Amino acid sequence: MLEYIIFSLLNSLLYGMLLFMLSSGLTLIFSMMGVLNFAHASFFMLGAYFAFQISVYIGFWPALILAPLIVGFLGALVERYGLRTVHKYGHVAELLFTVGLAYLIEESVNLIWGRSSVDYRVPDALDFAAFTLFTTDLSAYRVFMLVISVSMFVVLFLILTRTRIGLIIQAALTHPDGVSALGHNVPGVFMLVFGGGCSLAALAGVIGGNYLVTEPAMAAQLGPIVFVVVVVGGMGSLTGAFVASLLLGTLQTFAVGIEYSLSDLLAFFGVTMEAGGILKDIWRIQVSHTGPILPYLFMVLMLIFRPKGIMGKRES
Amino acid sequence: MLEVKDLHAYYDRSHILQGVDLTVGDGEIVSLLGRNGVGRSTTCKTIMGLVAPMGSIQYKGEEIAGLKPHVIARKGIGFVPEDRWVFPDLTVLQNLQLGSKSRKNSGRWSIEDVFKLFPKLGERSNVHGGLISGGEQQMLTMCRTLMGDPDFIMIDEPTEGLAPKLVKQVGRLIEEIAQRGVSVLLVEQKLSIALKISQRLYIMGHGKIVFEGTPDELKADESIKKEWLEV
Repeated sequence: MLEYIIFSLLNSLLYGMLLFMLSSGLTLIFSMMGVLNFAHASFFMLGAYFAFQISVYIGFWPALILAPLIVGFLGALVERYGLRTVHKYGHVAELLFTVGLAYLIEESVNLIWGRSSVDYRVPDALDFAAFTLFTTDLSAYRVFMLVISVSMFVVLFLILTRTRIGLIIQAALTHPDGVSALGHNVPGVFMLVFGGGCSLAALAGVIGGNYLVTEPAMAAQLGPIVFVVVVVGGMGSLTGAFVASLLLGTLQTFAVGIEYSLSDLLAFFGVTMEAGGILKDIWRIQVSHTGPILPYLFMVLMLIFRPKGIMGKRES
Repeated sequence: MLEVKDLHAYYDRSHILQGVDLTVGDGEIVSLLGRNGVGRSTTCKTIMGLVAPMGSIQYKGEEIAGLKPHVIARKGIGFVPEDRWVFPDLTVLQNLQLGSKSRKNSGRWSIEDVFKLFPKLGERSNVHGGLISGGEQQMLTMCRTLMGDPDFIMIDEPTEGLAPKLVKQVGRLIEEIAQRGVSVLLVEQKLSIALKISQRLYIMGHGKIVFEGTPDELKADESIKKEWLEV
């Protein structure tokens, strides 16, 4: 039991940090520009594919640096020449633009790398068990993922709180007009944040692509969950996104391992359900099977009871 | 310093500014008065580039209509918005630091100046902007804009909701600003400090200038006051 809890906690942390790498960029973009970037998870996928391709030629380590940089640059281009042009037609146009972009990226990936998954593997140098706890091995690669994601978090935090550009970004989260009236180039900051956000998503793709599976559907799988994180965490709050990432990571990881159903719970209180009745199947659903719907259930409840999210500054 | 000619502006389809003409001379304090909703704030935002302009805005002899807000700010125009736009998650000190346009600040105003003028802001320099009182926020917003060392500053309703003692402080700060050679466009709803400190006044009604004159001329003209200012 203790082993299960410790390993689930580790996995939750890992999954949560991956989610945070994706959602931190998305929440910054969402709250600064008011654009819910539907293509955000596609940049995560691009990160994984680029890393795969670069590893084939020059290895994993250069890919770890190069892939996020390339994707960040692409993201900046998308903001500068795509979103900024569409911006004058309003938020709906921007939203549609990002939806179109998500499909464009997915189909391009299909075209270039094919519809099935590619063989993007954990580098040999990290393919061993770092240590054994109780009876389970903890792979070195997972430790590595944890180190990367935690250091990314620390760096992001330092940039936002200690540098001048970070302060400008924080200020633009609440009053973009005020920031530009003080003489700061807000469109330039937007481009930087968009590029930076895409680059973080790509980094998550680089270190997550070989841990998960690198396939064209990976964007569509993770995308909705990242939105849940942003909504649950609250508009404009990186801390909120961080808490929500860990919370959803924990929720999903633990749910997968729990094989109890409602009827077991009732049995615990001494109530036995009859095998018949129209609702008979509901009583038998195991918690582990509900894993995929839990985040969305959580989001719906959040929107009903606390629409501005855990730490949101304003209602969206 | 500033010359606005036949300025029009729209919010969606409503025609807010319908041909505004006004000028502000070097080192002058000029007030723009009028009731709520006549377009005073929109005039400032349009000059600042935050609302798309139609017409001519000349600043130091150069046409600035259509430029981006940060470019306009960098030419030396400052704007203190009515709703203050204090950055709530940044400290008082950080708010002030973002006022200057670059890391180095070599203008007319320093952070020490600000803390000397308003010791309260100095005492609370490490408190988040969202947590200080309304009066302190007003002072902070004005000083933050001054940190950018503007040659011309537009101040939108600085006395709104302030206690009489603070209103006097605002008046003194505006005179101090003018003394340091900065031209001021003061937007007010009430006559309170405007009559005392400005050299000239404009009154707006329905998106146009309906009166232009000195404080003495306005004092003498009861009908104008009744028609365009009294509620």
